[in-house]
Amino acid sequence: MYHGMKFLPEGMRIDFVGKRLIALGMSIVVIVGSMVLLAVHGLNFGIDFAGGIQMEVRSTEKVDLSGLRGKLNGLGVGEIGLQGIGGTGREVMIRIPAFDNETVQNAALKQVREALGPSFEDRRTEVVGPKVGGELVRDGLLAVSLAILAIGAYLWLRFEWQYGVGGMLTLLHDVTATMGLFSITGMEFSLTSVAAVLTIAGYSINDTVVVYDRVRENLRKYKKMPLAELMNLSINEMLSRTILTSGTTVLSVVAIAIFGGEVLRGFALALIWGVIVGTYSSIYISLPVLIYFHLRNTDAVGALEEEEPSRP
Amino acid sequence: MLYFQKWKLALVALVVGAGLVFAAPNLMSRDKRDSLPDWWQPLSLGLDLQGGSHLLLELNTGELLKDRLEGVVDVVRGALRAERMRYTGLGVKDEAVVATILGDEAARATARKAVRNVIPNADIDVDAEGKLRISYGEKARAEMLEGALSTTLEIIRKRIDELGTREPSIQRQGANRIVVQLPGVSDPKRAREVIGKTARMTFHLLDGETSVQDALKGRVPPGSMLLEGMDAGAKGQKTYYVVRKKVEVAGEHLVDAQPTFDQSRPVVSFRFDALGGRIFGKVTQENVGRNLAIVLDNKVVSAPNIRGPIMQGSGVITGGFTVQGANDLALVLRSGALPTSITFLEERSVGPSLGADSIKAGMIASLVGLGLVIVFMAAAYGLFGLFADVALIVNMVLLIGGLSGIGATLTLPGIAGIVLTMGMAVDANVLIYERMREEVRNGRSVLSSIEAGFGRAFATIFDANITTLVAGALLYQFGSGPVRGFAVTLSLGILSSMFTAVMVTRLQVYLWARRKRPSVLPLPV
Repeated sequence: MYHGMKFLPEGMRIDFVGKRLIALGMSIVVIVGSMVLLAVHGLNFGIDFAGGIQMEVRSTEKVDLSGLRGKLNGLGVGEIGLQGIGGTGREVMIRIPAFDNETVQNAALKQVREALGPSFEDRRTEVVGPKVGGELVRDGLLAVSLAILAIGAYLWLRFEWQYGVGGMLTLLHDVTATMGLFSITGMEFSLTSVAAVLTIAGYSINDTVVVYDRVRENLRKYKKMPLAELMNLSINEMLSRTILTSGTTVLSVVAIAIFGGEVLRGFALALIWGVIVGTYSSIYISLPVLIYFHLRNTDAVGALEEEEPSRP
Repeated sequence: MLYFQKWKLALVALVVGAGLVFAAPNLMSRDKRDSLPDWWQPLSLGLDLQGGSHLLLELNTGELLKDRLEGVVDVVRGALRAERMRYTGLGVKDEAVVATILGDEAARATARKAVRNVIPNADIDVDAEGKLRISYGEKARAEMLEGALSTTLEIIRKRIDELGTREPSIQRQGANRIVVQLPGVSDPKRAREVIGKTARMTFHLLDGETSVQDALKGRVPPGSMLLEGMDAGAKGQKTYYVVRKKVEVAGEHLVDAQPTFDQSRPVVSFRFDALGGRIFGKVTQENVGRNLAIVLDNKVVSAPNIRGPIMQGSGVITGGFTVQGANDLALVLRSGALPTSITFLEERSVGPSLGADSIKAGMIASLVGLGLVIVFMAAAYGLFGLFADVALIVNMVLLIGGLSGIGATLTLPGIAGIVLTMGMAVDANVLIYERMREEVRNGRSVLSSIEAGFGRAFATIFDANITTLVAGALLYQFGSGPVRGFAVTLSLGILSSMFTAVMVTRLQVYLWARRKRPSVLPLPV
């Protein structure tokens, strides 16, 4: 009978924790880089947050983009962006930046619709006033911050405070790195992107909790083992699971990226990045934090180098 | 050993059965499902999948207060005159009605009492210098808004019902907003026009002594006002009318309005209530030969000449309407005027063709995702992988059944949530199987390893999933529209995957182990 396959050799003992300084350096570069990018370059806010008008229209015949561009920009309702989509040459995405108030915006939409005429079918229209956009930004930030705090609090209750701090730092790391991805690629940041960020937070913390759980179990089992070595053992024991779960998750997300259509592509790409970052951070961020916050008072940080490792 | 309690077996059977029952309508034909009761319906599709419009509108709170205060000015003027009080500077200033009462202490007290009698729920203040101030506090304003919002909701509901939209949803959001969802309406232009009209109608006499040219230069007599006409003139330029400020008949007296034809032109006929009919009769009787302007939302619809007294309390509004224009005007007049004007804050609409494309894309992504995960699990764990695959399929049935059962709406991000759930759901199985492998390596017997795998992995699965649920709950709380749909799918997916991984997989493994009495664990040890 087929018993499945082994993804890793027996008794793998990779020294993850020993490399923590390298990893930490790398993370700092990514985090600082992301923050600088966010500050300087910012996010390409989609209509949900920036406000404005976005229309997807389909014509009965092939669209002359530059002609349509000239015609629409001649209306004097702001700088109208046009982009062919879908590969048939008949579908066009029209973007009009935000207006000062809702009344002007609604009038602009009317003008554009009239200029397009009856040969265009409205596939999708989104009109977001400046007021709502600001509120959505606030709600999004609130949701992400509260999620991080709530998850930290849960870990503190179920484990110990060090795990709570570790979990929150891990989440901050992942969220920042994901926002960095949005900034550097210029991918549109929309409401769906907030959903992606929160999903990544959920996935990452799931991964972290699984490793924390093993750390806690091993702490009870090997009372004398140096902390660093115990961490290494815990990660290695869970490594096969980490790889398999990341694998199935990435598979399903790739299916969304390839077949899920235009709207979900950005979402799926962010999630693929999130699975990578989340897996990395549950090993390299969440565990070293436990060491630095003295999870076990008797242990020194450098215990691994000083003591002879002993396995029962 | 490996005893699967009877009640657990019953629970699995019950839950899976319920899942199948609730998921079933999704496979039925349209006719069949229409005959099903309300609690047993398929997943309803979000507007992004079936096509439709979503409108978010807001009551203009500032205008509401201003209108109310202007109303107060008239009432106060009447009350003070009735008491023969002398006053100056009556008007609206800084969100309050102010005036200066002339006279002594007694006069101020009388004025205060007179105002209190006619304006019951406002803050009324008269200081020693006779300065009168009438304002509304937080609570009174909130009540005012609450009343206006519920009236607006009711009127909008009436108007939309008359448009004949299938299953519209009209809900309040917060203190001063309303969300209107119109499935199947991909161009909400007409809906917007009908919903957005305040439809405040009044009848005024035309000011025959002042010419429009003079008025346009700013020479408008105090008792008159310059208003724009509803229709453009012959060359497309704006038309203007000078009308008396005094409202001869107010729109509140309208009881019915119908589109009809007058000399084959579309017009709107209307009927007043008894009181309105009497007032209208008197006005027309006294002003034969003059023009009566019909003013709708501060624009003059038309200003016909009064040819004779109209005593039967009804009439027609003419004014270059199209057939649909007459229909819509009659509709909004019938439904009544909104308490205040409204602004559209957000509009999202999806055409049916895009919706259909999204459904197709979502189906393909789901099937491909499911296939990939199934193959992957079978390759990684062999027979036990197949058990996990069965659990995954049961999980999908439960998820779809659960979503249908709670009446959730499936959105495009919601489909992404389902696909993602497939990938993450097998995590619980992975945790359990990896645990079994470890236990066997540590020298346990096969059966005891199986038992330990399920037992020990559970705490981990529980903690890991609760944290994800926390993220899902917040996503629901702060998300809007499609994102909420995603949060519901993700959260329900986590719950159902915990159940299937722990119970359904365990049942299969136990049944298999009891029959086969395996000597080796069929996992890559």
